[in-house]
Amino acid sequence: MRYKWQNFNFVKAARPVFIAAIILVLAGIVSISVFGMNYGIDFKSGSSVDISVSKPVEKAKVEEFLNSEDFGKYTFTSGEERISIRFEEALTEAQQQKLDADFKSKFDESASFEINIVDVEIAKEQELNALYGILIASVGIVIYVAIRFEWRFAISAVISLLFVAFMVISIFSFFRLEVNLPFILAILTIIGYSINDTVVIFDRIRENLRFAKLKTDADLTEVVNTSISQTLTRSINTVITVAFAAICLFAFGSEALKMFSLAMILGLLIGAASSIFIASPLWHLLRRKAKPHKTAKPQNAS
Amino acid sequence: MKRLLTFVLVVVVAFGAMIWTSPGLLNSTKLGLDLKGGFEILYEAQPLTGSGPVSKESLIETAKSLEDRANKTGVSEPEVTTEGENRIRIKIAGVSDEATVREMMKKPAELEFRSASGCAADAGYCKVELLGSDFVEGAAEVVYDNLNNPLISIKVKDKEKFGEITTRLVGQNLAIYLDDEMLSDPVVQQPLTDGNATISGQRTIAEAKELADVINLGALPLSLTEKYSQSVGATLGQKSLEETALAGIVASIVILLFMLVFYRLPGFIACICLLVFVWLLLAVFWMMNATLTLPGIAAFILGIGIAVDTNIITAERIKDEIRNGKSVSSALRSGNKNSFRTVIDAHITNIIVGAVLYFIGQGTVKGFAVVHLASIIINIVTNLFLTRFLLQLIVKSGRFNKPSYYGVKESEIRAL
Repeated sequence: MRYKWQNFNFVKAARPVFIAAIILVLAGIVSISVFGMNYGIDFKSGSSVDISVSKPVEKAKVEEFLNSEDFGKYTFTSGEERISIRFEEALTEAQQQKLDADFKSKFDESASFEINIVDVEIAKEQELNALYGILIASVGIVIYVAIRFEWRFAISAVISLLFVAFMVISIFSFFRLEVNLPFILAILTIIGYSINDTVVIFDRIRENLRFAKLKTDADLTEVVNTSISQTLTRSINTVITVAFAAICLFAFGSEALKMFSLAMILGLLIGAASSIFIASPLWHLLRRKAKPHKTAKPQNAS
Repeated sequence: MKRLLTFVLVVVVAFGAMIWTSPGLLNSTKLGLDLKGGFEILYEAQPLTGSGPVSKESLIETAKSLEDRANKTGVSEPEVTTEGENRIRIKIAGVSDEATVREMMKKPAELEFRSASGCAADAGYCKVELLGSDFVEGAAEVVYDNLNNPLISIKVKDKEKFGEITTRLVGQNLAIYLDDEMLSDPVVQQPLTDGNATISGQRTIAEAKELADVINLGALPLSLTEKYSQSVGATLGQKSLEETALAGIVASIVILLFMLVFYRLPGFIACICLLVFVWLLLAVFWMMNATLTLPGIAAFILGIGIAVDTNIITAERIKDEIRNGKSVSSALRSGNKNSFRTVIDAHITNIIVGAVLYFIGQGTVKGFAVVHLASIIINIVTNLFLTRFLLQLIVKSGRFNKPSYYGVKESEIRAL
C-alpha cells in the first residue's frame, strides 16, 4: 500500500483541492446563511417527545390524538418502534403528564417516554458556550503546536481543523440534519481527531526535515510528499478503525447518538483528507514563501 | 525464556484480575438517567416576592434543601449542583414516580418555628408559631457572645407578635423546622419585645452559619422555574444502554480482529493492551464514583478509537524500521522512540481540547469531557507504556525474530 503512493505528488495534487475547498467553504457559507441550521430541541426552545412503543401505532390516529389534545403547533415522525414529536411551545408539567397518561391509555400501556423541554435562553447560552469552547481550544492548540513545532505548523493545523469543523456544520445545514447538543460534542471530538491526524503527519515532516538538505523548492516538496506517504498507511488504518466504531454506533447505537455518530463519520473522513491535502500543503506553501526572506536579509545588511 | 515467562505471567495476571473483577465492576458502575430512566431539570431561581439578585448562600441552601427532599422520597443518590448565579441542576436516576418527586422539588422552602403548647404529650411540636415570612429578609447572622461562642442573631417584622409568643413560651422550647424537619429547638429564656433575638447552643461556627442561612432562606424563599428538563422512561433508557453496548461490542471485536490480521504480533499485544485499557477505564470510573451516561459511552468508544490509533502508530513505525532493513530488536527500539513523541504530541493536543470542554461545558458536555480526559490519560499508561513493555519482553526473548510476525513480507525489506 505504501509503495503505491510513494511517488505520488501530494503537494501538486493539493492545488485543485485548495480551490475545491474554497468553493466548498463558500457553498457552506451560502447554505448556512440561506438555510440556517436545523436546530433540535437543545438549541431551540420547545419540547421534544420521543415515545418508544411496543406495538405499531397508526400515524393518522396519533395525529388525530395530538390535534385533540391542544398542545399547540407540532411536527412529528413515526417509525415502527418510535414516535418523535416536536412541540413549538414548551409543555407545562401538567401537559406532559396528560400526554403521557392519555397516550398510554389510548395506544400502548407499555410505551416509554423521553421528554426534553428547553428554554430559549438556555439554548442560546449552550450554543455560545460551545462556540467559545471551539475558539479557546483552537487557541490552545495553536500555542501548543507553535511551541512544540513552529508557528507555520500551528497556523496550517488550525486552518485545517476549522475547515473540517465548518464542512461538517455545512453538510448538516445543507441536508437539514438535526443539530443537538451531541452534535457539538461530535464537532469537538472531530477537532481532537483532526489535530491528532495532522500532528502525526507534521511530526514526520519535522523528523524528515532534520535529515533533509533543502536547497530547492523541489527538496521541500519532496520532504512533504515523503512524510505523507510514510504516514499514509497509519492514516488510512486509523480512519478505518475509528470510522468503524462510529459506524457501529450509527447502525446499532441508541437514537440519541445517531446524529453524533453521523457527524463523527463525516468529520473523520474529511479530517483525514484535510490533514493530507490541506494542512500539509498549506505548511509547504507558508514555508516556501518564507524562504526568500531568510536569504534576503543578510544581503540587505551588507 | 525468562522474558517469555514474565510475559506470560503478566498477561495471565492481568486477565485473571480482569475476569475476577469485571462482573463486580460492571454491576457497580453507576448508570446515568439516560441509561436507566429518570429526569434532569435545570431550575432558575428567583426570590419568591419581589425581584433582585439571588444571594449565593440562599442558592446553596435551596440546593441543599432540594437534595434533602429528594433523599426523603427514597430515590437513589440524587445529584444536585448549583450553576452560575441563579441556577440549580438536579439529576435523579431510576425514579418510579416522577410526577410526585417533581412536584415536591418545586415547592419553595418552608421555614417554621413551632412550639409544643396545647399539643398532646407525644405529639411533639405541633403548633406553628412563626413562618419564614415573619422574619426580616437577610437579617439572620452569626454573632459572638462574651465567651466567643457563636450565636445567631435574628430580627422579626412584627415586634408585638414575637413579644407575645416569647412571653407565653418562656422556659419552653421553640423548635425550628425546615420542610418539616427539625433543625434545632432552643429554649426561650426571656420575653423578647424589641423584635431582636439570639439563638445560642450551636456547637460550631459552621453549624451556626448554616442555621442563619436557613433562616434567611426561609425569610425570602426562592421560587424555581424549569428552564430545561429531560425525562427518560425506564424502558427507553434500558434500550439505549443495550443498543449502545451492542454497538460497542461489535466495534471492539472487529477492531481487535483488524489489529490481529494487519499487525500480527504487535497486533496481538495491542489487543491485550486494549482490553486492559477498557478494564482500567471502568475501574477508574468506579473509583471516581462517576456516573456513566450516553455521552460518556460515546467518549468511551472514541477513546477506544484513540487507543487503537496509538497502537497503529507504534506498530506501523516498527514495520517501517524493519522494512528499512533493521533487525527486529533495533527496529523496536527506534520505532518505540519515534512513535513515542508522535503519540505524546497528539495526546496533549487532545488533552487541551478535553480540558477546555471540561471547564466551559455544562451538563452533557462536561460528562463527555471527563471520560475523554480519563481515557486519554489511561491510554498513555496502557497503550504506550504497557504495549512497549510487553513488546520488549517478547522481542528480547529472541523467539520471534521473523519479520512476518510483524506483518512485514521478506520482499519488502530494503537492504541497508
